[in-house]
Amino acid sequence: MSDVTKQDGPKTPANGVAKIEKEDPVEAAIVSVPMEPVTAQKQTASRPDVMDATNPEIPDPILHVDALSLWYGSSRALDKISLAMSEKRITAFIGPSGCGKSTLLRCINRLNDLVDTVRIEGDILLEGRSIYDPARDVNALRKRVGMVFQKSNPFPKSIYENIAYGPRIQGVGDRRELDEIVERSLRGAALWDEVKDRLADSALGLSGGQQQRLCIARAIAVEPDVILLDEPCSALDPIATAKIEELMLELKESYTLIVVTHNMQQASRVSDYTAFLYLGELIEYQETEKLFINPIMKQTEDYITGRFG
Amino acid sequence: MKRSKHTDLLGDGLTALCGGALAINLFLVIALLAVLVINGGGYFWPRELIQLELADGSVLLGELHDREEIPSETEGGEEPETRIRLKTGNRDLTGADFVWIDEPEIVYRNRPTEAVVLERQEWGNFYGYMTELRRGDQALARGSEQVWGAFHPLHRQKLDELARIHRLETGEIGDVNYELEGLRLELRKLELGGLDEERRHSEREKIEERQRRLEAQFEALSRRLFDMRETLEAETLVMAAADGTPREMPVADVVRAIRPNSGGTAGALGIYFSRLWEFLTGAPREANTEGGIFPAIFGTVMMVFIMSFAVAPLGVLAALYLREYAKQGPVVRVVRIAVNNLAGVPSIVFGVFGLGFFVYLIGGNIDRLFYSEVLPTPTYGTGGILWGSLTLALLTVPVVIVATEEGLAAVPRIVREGSLALGATKFETTWRVVIPSAAPGILTGLILAMARAAGEVAPLMIVGMVKLAPALPIDGHFPFVHLERKFMHLGFHIYDVGFQSPNVEATKPLVFATALLLILVVTVMNVVAIAVRNRLRRKYVSSAV
Repeated sequence: MSDVTKQDGPKTPANGVAKIEKEDPVEAAIVSVPMEPVTAQKQTASRPDVMDATNPEIPDPILHVDALSLWYGSSRALDKISLAMSEKRITAFIGPSGCGKSTLLRCINRLNDLVDTVRIEGDILLEGRSIYDPARDVNALRKRVGMVFQKSNPFPKSIYENIAYGPRIQGVGDRRELDEIVERSLRGAALWDEVKDRLADSALGLSGGQQQRLCIARAIAVEPDVILLDEPCSALDPIATAKIEELMLELKESYTLIVVTHNMQQASRVSDYTAFLYLGELIEYQETEKLFINPIMKQTEDYITGRFG
Repeated sequence: MKRSKHTDLLGDGLTALCGGALAINLFLVIALLAVLVINGGGYFWPRELIQLELADGSVLLGELHDREEIPSETEGGEEPETRIRLKTGNRDLTGADFVWIDEPEIVYRNRPTEAVVLERQEWGNFYGYMTELRRGDQALARGSEQVWGAFHPLHRQKLDELARIHRLETGEIGDVNYELEGLRLELRKLELGGLDEERRHSEREKIEERQRRLEAQFEALSRRLFDMRETLEAETLVMAAADGTPREMPVADVVRAIRPNSGGTAGALGIYFSRLWEFLTGAPREANTEGGIFPAIFGTVMMVFIMSFAVAPLGVLAALYLREYAKQGPVVRVVRIAVNNLAGVPSIVFGVFGLGFFVYLIGGNIDRLFYSEVLPTPTYGTGGILWGSLTLALLTVPVVIVATEEGLAAVPRIVREGSLALGATKFETTWRVVIPSAAPGILTGLILAMARAAGEVAPLMIVGMVKLAPALPIDGHFPFVHLERKFMHLGFHIYDVGFQSPNVEATKPLVFATALLLILVVTVMNVVAIAVRNRLRRKYVSSAV
């Protein structure tokens, strides 16, 4: 473990976990964006200017990942990732299996804390505040950063109780208020018309696509700012996938969405920004159109054209 | 090709072997139930009475119970001689319930329709003929038919009187006795307590005054009871045994009078259910060899209930800690192995532990602290239903822990993460998502624990189970549930009736009937628990996934 730390060099704080910027982090992030927009210059060198490839112009940034590194035991899963994410936009993480995109996603709501062997350096800032600040309440953070998982994971309860779970945890006890939240959330997840007559039935009786939309409804019931989607369509058929994608575009109106996907078509269809990760490194981060049509890095091009991955 | 054929043969053989093993198991289960039903179920069916005249001129009346060949020393082709076992009852006259009779000695046999079986409160059955019904010296009816006709209305009236006497004894007199005992203890407490002389004196005056009032009340009640007994025993029934020996007995002593040879099937069915009802709801008589086993059923069920209430939280919380909170490592592994091994400790060892820990240590200290006025008579410092239940809770806690752990492990990590991702704390996640999901598994463990506890006898014998308990652990006296009381248990009842009673031969069918009932009780409790579990399953997990 200690030798890994040494590899990092002097830039990384030795004590690791929470690194809090002295100066205003929003300011810092904006400063780090190049003044002139990145020109689409195709580079053939193996290591072109990383700053160009990973610093698109980000309007209204809400999340900043700042030199984030993560180790599972002694193996490094993320290597000094830095990127900012825009509010009320969809950001997609793509990359081959094991590249660390899910790990990065799970850092944003600190779900990686549950794994005993995880060690994190660097920081993530949500609206300028570090989420790894020891004074920060993890549960409050997770209320602001919702998550939808790869495999739908409804609770073994009724449809109604699934949605009401989050609000109840936050202390909403009034039945009328809960009824409203449930209806609003289910409508928000485009599920209301399909389940309104069987809210008391078990959620496990829904189809896969419905379950996944239920999980989205559950996530928006607590009115988060950010919703993380970890390969939300990987277990669904094309029709259910299309519905979820449509839904994501609707949700963008009110929420910041970050989606991990294996499906490059999906990333290009729904996302505004796309980050390509490979072996724990952020290779390229661009506006989606740019990344898919005119990638800067050769690795990105190889991946999106299907030459590897 | 050859090889695949060879493996197919092997596979077929193995399949047959597995099927055969299952068939043998099923056969054994069915055989077990059949043996119990055949031997126990027939006990309540009225048997025909046969009257025999023997070569020596004696006359016998009774139920045919058995027939066997007489082991003869002479070799030869002759027809082997047989002998029969007759239940002749009339223990007060002959001293034995059964006689063996060599069949060649029988000169005449018939089935007299007027022959009567009396089931009695004491001395077992009487087989004979009714001759007279008396009130004092005055004859109410004479002759078999008249007496039979007059007997039943009178008998019903006497049974009512008997029930009233019983109510008086256990009700009003019981209450007065209970209060008197309470006052006696108050007096003792007063002597032990550190009140000053004057206060103590005035308190004692008050208690003694109340005592005198209660004693007067008791006197009056006793007189009433005595009078009632007098009227109860006013009427007597005169019976004649088969050989003509007369026998007079109070009508109230008769539990049931039947004429098995003239009732027909409908009558026999009536008697069957009447006897079965008495068996299920009555209290035992005659050193447990007759009457019902209700206190044993009650004790068994109550013990299992208390055990469940103790073992469920203990086991579930322990398993929760082991699986959800403890840091998985060598220590937890050792603890887990130890818990599993605990399930293999012989049950009598738990009994000994219960005696030493619960009864002597905890019970003894409770007595010293709260019941010092009763000492040296122990209250909690002796075996009782609470200690029995707790001992069995310890015995079955590994079952619950293992099943709960499996249930918790089966809750997918992704479901827990789903809850955490909504901002729930670990406790909220465990309480609201994990435990409800694991509830069916937890209940399975509880069902297994209950089944095991209901069948345990050995440890209970030293922590509170008795052959005959004077009172049920629940009654009308405050605080209504008496956890310190000793209790009866079906398992021990089987052993006691079958092998410790003075009349083993007569009670053999009772052993089977009681065993069948024990199985029924366990089955009913399990079915209830399984129904609850399935309801939970339906609630939480839909079949249409």
